[in-house]
Order: sequence, then C-alpha cells, then structure tokens
Amino acid sequence: MGKDQALMSWKDVPFGLYIFEPGNSAQFKTGDWRSMRPELDKEKCVKCGSCYILCPDMCYEADEEGFYQVNLFYCKGCGICAAVCPKGAITMVLEEV
Amino acid sequence: MGKRVAMEVSIAIAEAVKLARAEVIAAYPITPQTHIVEHLSELVANGELDAEYVTVESEHSAISCCLGSVATGARTFTSTSSQGLALMHEILFIASALRLPVVMVVANRALSAPISIWNDHSDIMAQRDIGWIQTFAENGQEAVDLVLHAFRVAEDRNVMFPMIVNIDGFTLSHVIEPIVLPDQEDVDAFLPPFRPKYKLDPRKPISIGAVGVPEIYFEAKKAQDEAFKNSRRVILRAWKDFATRFGREYHPVETYRMEDAEVGLLIMGSLAETAMTAVDKMREEGKKVGLIRLRLWRPFPTKEFRKAVSGLPVLAVIDRALTPGASGGPVGTEVRSVLYHCARRPRVVNFVAGLGGRDVTVEDFEEMADRAFFYKKKRPKEAYELIGVRES
Repeated sequence: MGKDQALMSWKDVPFGLYIFEPGNSAQFKTGDWRSMRPELDKEKCVKCGSCYILCPDMCYEADEEGFYQVNLFYCKGCGICAAVCPKGAITMVLEEV
Repeated sequence: MGKRVAMEVSIAIAEAVKLARAEVIAAYPITPQTHIVEHLSELVANGELDAEYVTVESEHSAISCCLGSVATGARTFTSTSSQGLALMHEILFIASALRLPVVMVVANRALSAPISIWNDHSDIMAQRDIGWIQTFAENGQEAVDLVLHAFRVAEDRNVMFPMIVNIDGFTLSHVIEPIVLPDQEDVDAFLPPFRPKYKLDPRKPISIGAVGVPEIYFEAKKAQDEAFKNSRRVILRAWKDFATRFGREYHPVETYRMEDAEVGLLIMGSLAETAMTAVDKMREEGKKVGLIRLRLWRPFPTKEFRKAVSGLPVLAVIDRALTPGASGGPVGTEVRSVLYHCARRPRVVNFVAGLGGRDVTVEDFEEMADRAFFYKKKRPKEAYELIGVRES
C-alpha cells in the first residue's frame, strides 16, 4: 500500500490488516521519496539492457522501439542504471517538486 | 450430564481440550505445564483425539506453529509456563494483532533468576500487554470450564482474539480434584466448529502479516484496540450460555461475603480459596472482611469491578508479582487507576505475596486484612508491602 493510498479511517482498516487481493504489492508506490530521476539520451543508448537487468526495483521496461524506459511509479532514484550504463546515456537529474 | 471424577487438574485440562475437538496442538514441555501437553500427546498417539500434535524445538516455535495453524482455520491449542511464555513474547503480540484465536493455558510460574519452577504470577504479568483475552481459574473445575469458554469466545467472529487461561502452577496444575467433565454432545452444542471468515486457503489466497507503514499502523492498532474492548460482550454472553447448559455460573468478578465489608481482599487465581477460609475465620471473630476475585483480567472488567467495591472503605490488593520501581504491583496499579475517577473510592492498600512458590497461608491473609483495617485510619507509607519476607 502506498503512503497516499494508506490514508484511511481506522474504521475502514481491513480485518487484521489482511490483504485480500493477492499480488497487490504492485500497487505499492515505491517511487515517492526519490530525489534524483534518471533521464535517457536516446542518441547515446545502444539498447544493451544493462539498466533493465541491474535495476533493483525492476523499474525498466522496453518500449516499442526497444529503448528501456524507467517507470517512475517505482523508481527510487538510486542511480545504479546511470552508473552502469556503458554509453553514459543515463543522467541523474534533480527531481523538482 | 458428565461424570464427577477425581483427576489431576492438568489431565482434566487436556481432556477439556479433547472435548473441544482441538485439531492442532503444538507445544514444548516445561514445568509445571508438562502434564497438560504430555496427556494431549498420549490422546493423539492413542487415536483418542483426531489432531495433529506438532513437536517443536522451543516455545517460540510452538507459538509460531500455532499461529500458522489457526490461520488455516484449525482449532489450535498450546500451553506453557514461565520462561517458555517469555520465549513466546514477540509472537504473542503478532497473534493478537493478526486476530489469530489460539487458546493457551499458562501454568503460572515464577521467572528466573533465581531459577524457580514454583508458582507466582510474574510470567503472565510480564505479558500483560500482549492483547490476549486473559482469565484466571480458581480451581480445577473452573480451569476445565474456562478452557471450553476460551475456545468459544476466541473463535467467535465478533472477537477473533487469542486467549489465555491462567492456572496456578502446582497449587492448581498438580492437584487432584473431583471434576465434572461434560459430555461430548453438550460440548459440541456449546462450541460449534471453528469457521473463520478469512483463512489461508490456496484456492482463495490472502496475505496475513503485511507491513504497516506509519500512515496506517496507528489506525490498525486503534481498530485492534476497539475490537478487543468489544470482546467483552461475547465473553459475558458465552458465560451466560455456559451457565444455562452446564449449570455453573461465571462472572468477570466474583465477590464473597462483601455485603457490609469494611475490608475487601482482592486476588486472582487459586489462592482465593485460602483467602475465603481466612474471610470465614475473621467473620466469625466479628471482623467485616470480604473477598473479591478477578476472573477476567483482560479486557479489564471495569464496570463489574467498580460495582464490587462500591461503598467499600479499604481494598487490599494482593499481587503475585513484583514490578520493580513501580508504584505498586501490576494488579495494584491497575486497580488504583481504575478507581481514580470514582468519587467514592476505597483506600487501596497493595501487598505482594507468595513469590516463587512461597506459601500464602490463612494467617498471612489475616495479617493482610489486619493491616488493611489499620490503614483505614492511617495512610500507608509505602506504595506496596511484601508479605512473608523474613526481616531477620
């Protein structure tokens, strides 16, 4: 449950805080405390998939053209993708509110 | 309707668990609880009880196993004492928060150190805040009846909280008493099969025990607290139904010769029987003493307790555990707090007695009552006094 999804009255808390919908952790917004966000330069990217393989939150997914794109709902901004990119195609930029 | 048979209270408790048709028992032997689970393992091994008996390597595993078992919808029982209960500690909170209605008998025993296998209430008082419903039995018959009551209450869909029945180690667990074991069909009528609304079932998967982020944890605890307080109604209703079916009446608070009493002794557990003898003796001598016994400890029966002490000048609370550095024993501080907002409340005098198996005799109760009479006019200097400790 994401933080913004958890704001409910105690009266609405499910019995024992059970989860009745299996696999709903996919709805857990892990990307809500990111301070840096990865940005992809498609000119430099060779679609090697290192970011996809090494992302600890499995945020990357290939788009129709085969570029790996980050899903900011889950991305915590750890910067591993940028660090491992062999072409320097990923830059971490400040997340501005 | 049941036969009256002389038997050891521990064996009778095991027989009650059998009558309740427990489906899973996971336990680790520890004195003075051992005979309960030993007899249950025999019943299972002999095919007299159709249950899974899980032998585990510790009490921590025993209670963990029980949680898993009850989560699948199986009626589950365990029993322990002292260090074993302490070892269960962290899991006990999880059982109540996850609303898993395990039933456990605790044969109350002192905590180490010094090492002691003998009776007092320090083990259970250290588990005061685990969120389990807790009752205290006075004698063997009551222990049997409270076990049946515990399954009925704990598994009620309007409750769904684990429950502990406390029995004094040795002074109750190892005593042979005439006990009426009810007939199976009557127990079946009183105690329907366990049918939880939610359970672990691969055909309908759910998750139990997820993280509670700061945004939801507090609300979850409030929901738990409210549900726990609401269990009161079911606890009382189950006792009422028990009385109709079996003829033995139980209340959250029992009183004995409290009409016109000037001093009331308050105690939990089997020592109340000794205290009654002391009350009778003192009454014959013209001293107006009565006895109050708490059968229900959690949730605390505030209403019934306040009624029991209304108009009473002095209440002598006898604790069976020490709370170092506190303003009284656990029962003493609780009772003082419960009475604080009452306009007319008795003076509360707090005694600590019978630690680590030290006998508390009729004379000890007389001494406590006499001191309480003295404190009717004079405020006690100490927050609590120890009874029966050698000074020289």
